[in-house]
Amino acid sequence: MITLLFLTSGLFLGWSLGANDAANIFGTAVGSRMVRFKLAAIIAGIFVIIGAVAQGAGANDTLGDLGSVSTLGAAFTVALAAALTVFWMTRLSLPVSTSQAIVGSIIGWNFYTNNPTDLGVLTKIVATWISGPILGGVFAVLLFMLLQLATRKVRLHLIYKDVITRVGLVIVGAFGAYSLGANNIANVMGVFTHSIQLTPLDFGWLVIGSKQQLFFIGGIAIAIGIATYSRHVMNTVGRSLMPLTPEAALIIVLAQSLVLFIFSSQTLSNAIASIGLPPIPLVPVSSSQVVIGAIIGIGLYKGGREIKLNILGSISLGWIATPIAAGILSFFMLFFMNNVFKQEVGSIEIKRILQTETEPGPVQKNDSTTIYPDSLQNDSLVNH
Amino acid sequence: MSIIFKHARQLVVEIDEFINTAEQGVLVFKEGVLNYLNNEKESFADKISDIDRLEATADRLQHKIDDEAYQHSLLPQSISDVVSMLDRVDELIDIAKDNLYLFELELPFFPENIRKEYIRLTTTSVEAALCVIPAVRTYFREPIQVRDMLSKVYFYENETDKISRSIKRKLFHEMQELDLAQKIHLRYFALHIESISDKAQELADTLSIMALKINI
Repeated sequence: MITLLFLTSGLFLGWSLGANDAANIFGTAVGSRMVRFKLAAIIAGIFVIIGAVAQGAGANDTLGDLGSVSTLGAAFTVALAAALTVFWMTRLSLPVSTSQAIVGSIIGWNFYTNNPTDLGVLTKIVATWISGPILGGVFAVLLFMLLQLATRKVRLHLIYKDVITRVGLVIVGAFGAYSLGANNIANVMGVFTHSIQLTPLDFGWLVIGSKQQLFFIGGIAIAIGIATYSRHVMNTVGRSLMPLTPEAALIIVLAQSLVLFIFSSQTLSNAIASIGLPPIPLVPVSSSQVVIGAIIGIGLYKGGREIKLNILGSISLGWIATPIAAGILSFFMLFFMNNVFKQEVGSIEIKRILQTETEPGPVQKNDSTTIYPDSLQNDSLVNH
Repeated sequence: MSIIFKHARQLVVEIDEFINTAEQGVLVFKEGVLNYLNNEKESFADKISDIDRLEATADRLQHKIDDEAYQHSLLPQSISDVVSMLDRVDELIDIAKDNLYLFELELPFFPENIRKEYIRLTTTSVEAALCVIPAVRTYFREPIQVRDMLSKVYFYENETDKISRSIKRKLFHEMQELDLAQKIHLRYFALHIESISDKAQELADTLSIMALKINI
């Protein structure tokens, strides 16, 4: 029960991610009435869960490398700090991303617990934030050129084009939801994977481990966010903030889905590495910023007259402001959690021990405390 | 999935059929007026019944198209534009029918020395309509080409105006043998024939904006 209580901050983060980011996938389709909200919500909900469970581990491991938040109290606080940052910055109409908020929060935890932040991992993550929107723009331009070519070659009747676009929006939306689940589940559940160990579910032909179960729960939170609150956001995105034709929306959602998929697919990363190229870093990226990158890409391709350059400034501000705000909030909240609520929030020793989790058996921390590697019994950490 | 494609296919067939019907209606109007001017009474009566049938078919198809498009939420973004554009196409055949009936009801007398001008007026006015109808078809398949196709419509509408003016001048300045009532009656028939090209121009204006919107 206490585990579930601590998990609520992550579930809240998942809910808000579903409420906001589903609009990047189905916003235009629903706003333009090409796809009914009910259908969009069902498809997005199902595929976000599948993506989270099937492919969520890669990006999660990278966040783990940045900081293995080791206790349940700390995980709760770190996720809550990220969620509050997202909520607060959204209220102030500032550009915000759950990916950037959670990274800032984890760094805040690193500072508070005196754990060193791996600059190599941090550089990799920040580089991905920059390359994500750029890659989104490149993909969008290439897909846009392909669509233009196809439209010129095949003189489809407007009605057929409408139906094909509609079917395309549903298929691409499903792929987008899968990629969103795969890439962004780490933001929601990543900080809990070291501190919560659930009993694996053995179905004989299939064993569902602790991480997968957590990702499944996080996926459900995202799906609930989509079902309960994304309708308004979708209509806003589709009708006012980002008015796009359904064809352009198809291109942008596909470009965004490809970027999110690339930054979460272990198989693709291994395949790239196997041919001697540097492996793709598996990092949670902001779907909203990739979408903006894709729109700017198309805008530049069409001559650049319609681009509002201040959007680029807002994204850059988001890259800096969100992690800093989340980091500071996380630091102070951890202080309160530790000193007011007397919850263990982790220490440098714990992280070192957790990094050697491949070694079996309990590890003596000091005379009075025994720490178990999280693969064995991490829940016990809560009580120390 | 196959159901939505089935509805789409049906709608495409109906739209094509509707446009063809309107085109035939305009052609029947032209032939009907020429029959009247050449005093071919039987052929003229055939044209009256033809245009009656075609106009009824166009109305039926238009209602079907409207119902199906809204019922299956096809073209959600541009449905109102498409429906109002098809309404303007329907207005073409409606006015062609009304005007042809006016010949049958009012039996205007066309003196020999002005018939040629009325034939030219009819041919040019109908030409404007015959140029806008292919642009309607093109809107559905290649909207980017629509605006290029409309220049002919404006040209023929302009020519129609000129011919109509010259007819009116001739009626009131040169043809002293006609009494005023006859002159006014013939002037009204010039206006009726001219209204076909006016409707074609209105349709062209609508199409032009729609094509621009869809290309953006």
